[in-house]
Amino acid sequence: MHEVALCNSLVEMIREQQRQRGFQRVRRVIVEVGVLGHVDPHALDFAFDVEAKDSPAEGAELEIREIEGRAWCMDCSKLETIARRGDACPECGGFTLIVEQGDELRLKELEVI
Amino acid sequence: MCGVCGCGKGETRMEAGEPGHGQTGHDHTHHGHAHHEHDHDHHHHDGHQDTLRDDPARRAHLVSVEQDILGKNNALAAHNRQHFNSHGVLALNLVSSPGAGKTTLLVASLQQLLPGATVAVIEGDQETSADADRIRATGAPAIQVNTGRGCHLDAAMIDEAFHRLHIQDGILFIENVGNLVCPAAFDLGEAHKVVIASVTEGEDKPLKYPNMFAASSLMLVSKVDLLPHLDFDVELLIANARRVNPSIAVIRVSATTGEGIDRWLRWIGAARDMAVASA
Repeated sequence: MHEVALCNSLVEMIREQQRQRGFQRVRRVIVEVGVLGHVDPHALDFAFDVEAKDSPAEGAELEIREIEGRAWCMDCSKLETIARRGDACPECGGFTLIVEQGDELRLKELEVI
Repeated sequence: MCGVCGCGKGETRMEAGEPGHGQTGHDHTHHGHAHHEHDHDHHHHDGHQDTLRDDPARRAHLVSVEQDILGKNNALAAHNRQHFNSHGVLALNLVSSPGAGKTTLLVASLQQLLPGATVAVIEGDQETSADADRIRATGAPAIQVNTGRGCHLDAAMIDEAFHRLHIQDGILFIENVGNLVCPAAFDLGEAHKVVIASVTEGEDKPLKYPNMFAASSLMLVSKVDLLPHLDFDVELLIANARRVNPSIAVIRVSATTGEGIDRWLRWIGAARDMAVASA
């Protein structure tokens, strides 16, 4: 349920962008979400609609771009793609993986008018 | 709702007064935190829509932002971390499912630590001050933070609570809300997250809630005195934890028999030495 808190932060960031840039309203919000992170995209989408009410982003589309998980395998010394934490290295089957990418949670762009 | 913690307006409550020993007053004042900006600007531009659409300069365009959505919390956590360092305080963020035995383990640890060490506790729960009362009964100062509907502590709550604890050269235990999901996302400025997994849970907890185990430096396997009565494979639990975090340390503990408490306290001592050395 922390997606509600995250969307509230997101809406605050959009308000701040509006103060800085002076646009009227937001039509599309583009966020990057790492697949290995703690965020459920469906919960984020649902929470955003609720949290964006009475804000410049009310009714805006939330576009969630997933960032794939990349981990360094200590056993075979290669950067591999993994779907979730706890997955084995697709190359050697080992579990000594250091996650390098896939934890992102970033407001990337806004489509504004 | 609060931008950082997810609580409803004014829902987060922190005990008033000094976090003294054996304090019994629990007037739950509703604090307006510095980060609670709940002003809702109402923008009514319906009347301008047609003119906006006709104005080429006002047509939809993309603006680049590139900001971390947790940036505000992370900045406050960095502030807390600096604050802990400058006060010589080792802060540990204890996380687990509800019922894993965080408070019982903490009480057992405090009883061992208190004769010599300066220790304080921040207790996070959705409701009640029951846990802070249990902590204070040991003689340690404690502040209860009730998060209301919020499912985790955030850096702003810790900032406010820490300022009221006046702790110097000691150990600060932060007992997070019992929840293996949301607290993983919110850095509080702690030196380490310590995840507690009890043997009455499933061995697959680290795979079901990988982010929390990935974010933790140490896993305490709690309630090990119950193992003779259970069909629980500790080695499988540890293997699963290391699948998501190859470097996680593991200590088996029982608050009931005292097993492993000495090792846990030695781990705290080493962590404290590290924190002091790198401050």
